[in-house]
Amino acid sequence: MPGLISPVDCLHLTIEIGGIPIRVNTTDADFLGMLQNRYAGFVGSSEGATIEFDVDLFTPSFVDPDTDLRVTQRAGKWALERGDFRAEWEPARRTGTIRQSANPYSIDAVLRIVHTLVLAQEGGFLLHAASAIRNGKAFLFAGVSGAGKTTISRLAPSDATLLTDEISYVRRDVRKDVGKQNHSYVAYGTPFTGELAKLGENVSAPISALYLLAQGPENRIDPVTPGQAVRELLANVLFFAEDQELVQRAFHAACEFVSRVPVSRLTFVPDARVWEMIG
Amino acid sequence: MTRLYVARNTRAAARKLDREMMIMSGKDSTLFTLNKTATIIWQAADGATPLDEIVERQICPKFEVEPAAALQDAETLARELAAHGILDVSENPIISANSQPATSQANPPAGESR
Repeated sequence: MPGLISPVDCLHLTIEIGGIPIRVNTTDADFLGMLQNRYAGFVGSSEGATIEFDVDLFTPSFVDPDTDLRVTQRAGKWALERGDFRAEWEPARRTGTIRQSANPYSIDAVLRIVHTLVLAQEGGFLLHAASAIRNGKAFLFAGVSGAGKTTISRLAPSDATLLTDEISYVRRDVRKDVGKQNHSYVAYGTPFTGELAKLGENVSAPISALYLLAQGPENRIDPVTPGQAVRELLANVLFFAEDQELVQRAFHAACEFVSRVPVSRLTFVPDARVWEMIG
Repeated sequence: MTRLYVARNTRAAARKLDREMMIMSGKDSTLFTLNKTATIIWQAADGATPLDEIVERQICPKFEVEPAAALQDAETLARELAAHGILDVSENPIISANSQPATSQANPPAGESR
């Protein structure tokens, strides 16, 4: 009885961040349009998407996005739960589901978490840091809220390409020049914004330095010990999973990063001259 | 005298960077930087060598300290590290997967501060 069954259009969008394409399937055209706007510049081809999510939209009676996030793994399947969404992802099958209302924030959180899980497996991470490319090299500026990530981003000169003012995307360099000191990690632009509310450029470059931000009476760069560097790096790594193996991976990733990328403390006054010391 | 045996906790993650031994507790993910003495004990903690032997052979000659006082300090330190999930401590030899020397990710010399 064909008249009783109407076809449901399956719409999709592939969001490619950090070179990792994630395909999102939905039946809601308005939601799709919302995602296209939200991730403009990061929409890629669905070919080669290694992760795929079906989004199941619902109208909640009440949601509390401030409810504690839980990210747990059981029998090879990740469960991601917060007040405003519930998601599952099975890496071996490359598929998952997201149940949420039609808003861009829930899926944004899911994407961040999934990227942290993918990166943790390969020695990369998401970092609370602004980042920018200058003269072909990427520079990261890490710090907690209020440390100056947005300020240093605002002060960036016109020849700098902003990758993000909030969440930096760090991957191990898989290219052939991995043996080169300081060129063993790559920073990618992200659509994850802070106070600037401006999407980063979807480009990448080898990471030349990580600066731990501090605001002070003068512009200066000071060395930090490897121990300090690892400690502060880990304090700024985005990590959600309650998983002992991944915690250990994050620790080793931070140590590896510090052994290959120069890390120092950048104290600065809110003045564009600080960029004369960078690049 | 009761002998004490120490073994590296298999859930702790360790890495030596420059001169610092960094350990992440397997219990609560707290990060520690071990001092020289703690680094020596950590590296020698194979579960089979008694702590007094570690102290006598590796700590006393290096720091020119009295064995009895050094052992007392080492026991205190070992129990403190055990409380953080970094070491396992027992009055019997400890058989675990972690009985190999802790040198795979280490760069000499030993760490500085804690």
